[in-house]
Amino acid sequence: MGKANEGTIYDSLRKRGVSRRDFMKFCSLMAATLALPSGAGRIAEALEKAKKPSLVWLEFQDCAGNTESFLRASDPTVVQIVLDILSVDYHETIMAPAGKQAEKSLDDVVKNQKGKYLVVVEGSIPLKDGGVYCTVGGKAAIDTVKEVCGGALATIAIGACAWDGGIPAANPNPTGAVGVKDAVKGITLINLPGCPANVVNLTATVVHYLTFGSLPLTDSMGRPLFAYGTRIHDGCERRAHYDAGRFVRQWGDYGHQNGWCLYEMGCKGPETYKNCPAVRWNQGTSWPVEAGHGCIGCAAPRFWDTMSPFYRRLPKVPGFGVETTADDVGIGVAAATAAAVAAHGIIRAVKHKTEEEREEK
Amino acid sequence: MERKRTYIWEFPVRFTHWINFLAIILLSVTGLYIGSPFLHPRSGADYSYTMGWMRFLHYIAAYVFLMMIALRVYWAFAGNRYANWRVFFPFTRQQRHDLGDATRFYLFASKKPPYAAGHTACAGIAYLFLFVMFLWEIFSGFALYQVNDPAFFHLILGGWLLSLMNVQTIRFWHHLVLYFIWAFAILHVYIAVYLDQAEKNGLLGSIFGGYKFITGREWE
Ligand code: HEM
Ligand code: SF4
Repeated sequence: MGKANEGTIYDSLRKRGVSRRDFMKFCSLMAATLALPSGAGRIAEALEKAKKPSLVWLEFQDCAGNTESFLRASDPTVVQIVLDILSVDYHETIMAPAGKQAEKSLDDVVKNQKGKYLVVVEGSIPLKDGGVYCTVGGKAAIDTVKEVCGGALATIAIGACAWDGGIPAANPNPTGAVGVKDAVKGITLINLPGCPANVVNLTATVVHYLTFGSLPLTDSMGRPLFAYGTRIHDGCERRAHYDAGRFVRQWGDYGHQNGWCLYEMGCKGPETYKNCPAVRWNQGTSWPVEAGHGCIGCAAPRFWDTMSPFYRRLPKVPGFGVETTADDVGIGVAAATAAAVAAHGIIRAVKHKTEEEREEK
Repeated sequence: MERKRTYIWEFPVRFTHWINFLAIILLSVTGLYIGSPFLHPRSGADYSYTMGWMRFLHYIAAYVFLMMIALRVYWAFAGNRYANWRVFFPFTRQQRHDLGDATRFYLFASKKPPYAAGHTACAGIAYLFLFVMFLWEIFSGFALYQVNDPAFFHLILGGWLLSLMNVQTIRFWHHLVLYFIWAFAILHVYIAVYLDQAEKNGLLGSIFGGYKFITGREWE
């Protein structure tokens, strides 16, 4: 290998024994995910030249689910590539140092690489009561976010919570949790919602950056179109069953055993935008709907409030118990009207009769 | 009392009324299927296209419905005075007075039926409310259509709602208002039959033929 490649991502991968073939396979996967026809060559070229960007990973009100997802690649070469591209300098869950030392590595990056590092934020940021509900090393999440994201090249908000507050922000939102987009303004930000987000999309976002020097195009909610531009329902392998009217009606019934559509079990695929059916999970092994569970719409805005009940098609009726459906209320209203009309008719008939009798007298 | 055979409901009014009647039945049946599919295949080897057809019919009926509403709105400006948009708002003193009379009549406090050649003031307000429900079904319906099939046309006709409301909320109210429209229909038929008997002016027949037999003492 020539000197030109020294210190680049490709160089470090070769040193770890990743073959050219595996490298090219990875570049093709990235090109396919980003929907870039014949982009694999360009990506490979870029990674051969690019140096690893410094990356810090902040966790606030989270469950580390995105971290889990990030580490969940089962093929060791892929894990290596991902960890090489996303060279993590600070990550509370997986880094070796602890305490003061750990915080120092964060400070170092923020001070020494101002404007050059990437930040991944996982978890929501509480704003209520001065942000006391989440502090790391004695510092409120909101202060850390302002400082670290403020000095970064770009911020990637990963998971539902970092996007719009996610589960901590669900009604009644006791800690006043918000996502990064509402916590700090004026930063370069891209959002990868989902519960959790897919590591393929995270890697592809960074690879896009390394290849083109810019973040991928986003929709009006700040989500990259390559990952959030298509509807689950339109890519779902059960879709033919949907159109045919073949629905699972009970867990484990004939339809469930035969891979029918999960619409009646509350699948939110028809209103959720994400590339799950294409990139899938755990290196393409499967994804929720393939595994037999309806989509819960985890990449949709305020999903915990808006997409629940997860096993029902429609939201519950406000002010009524969870078991009351729109049909119950609607039929109730129509029946009450019919009853009122019938009562009115009876009163009318009775009155009419008594009047007739009176007239006869 | 002498009665005069008078042309009240012009053809476009009757036409939109009956096409809407059919469209709403079709929209209700197919809509309820889309909401919770009530037909199920007997075996896995059933090559039907049930959901596809239901959606197709729902959309066809939706477009017909939309055209009828558009035509009726046009006629509210172009038609005769019974069809005019003003009758749906209690603008005149007479109309407001009429509202009180009607309330007393329906509560059995008076025996004088609300009397008008066209719509009574009470009916006018009820139809205004119905019209709002229709508009909502159209906007929310096209918003849901936009999710399934993004198109500029769908965006204008209701897709814009998606930037104001959550899609599940839209779907919920699209579903619920169906029943409100049914409740309206029940009241509507009952009152029509009732007034037809009370007024003996051919009210029921008028939505078929357009003529009522009026005495001339109605407010106009
Ligand atoms: C009187 C008028 C209408 C009635 C009573 C009606 C009724 C319904 C009902 C009950 C549903 C099922 C909702 C659910 O539970 O998900 C539905 C679905 C739907 N309606 Fe309508 N509808 C009407 C007009 C329209 C119009 C004008 C459109 C415009 C295109 C429309 C488009 C749709 C669509 C796209 C869906 C499917 C929603 C989905 O994808 O889940 N509807 N309708
Ligand atoms: S399982 Fe869900 S996403 Fe798949 S076709 Fe059925 S409703 Fe659509």
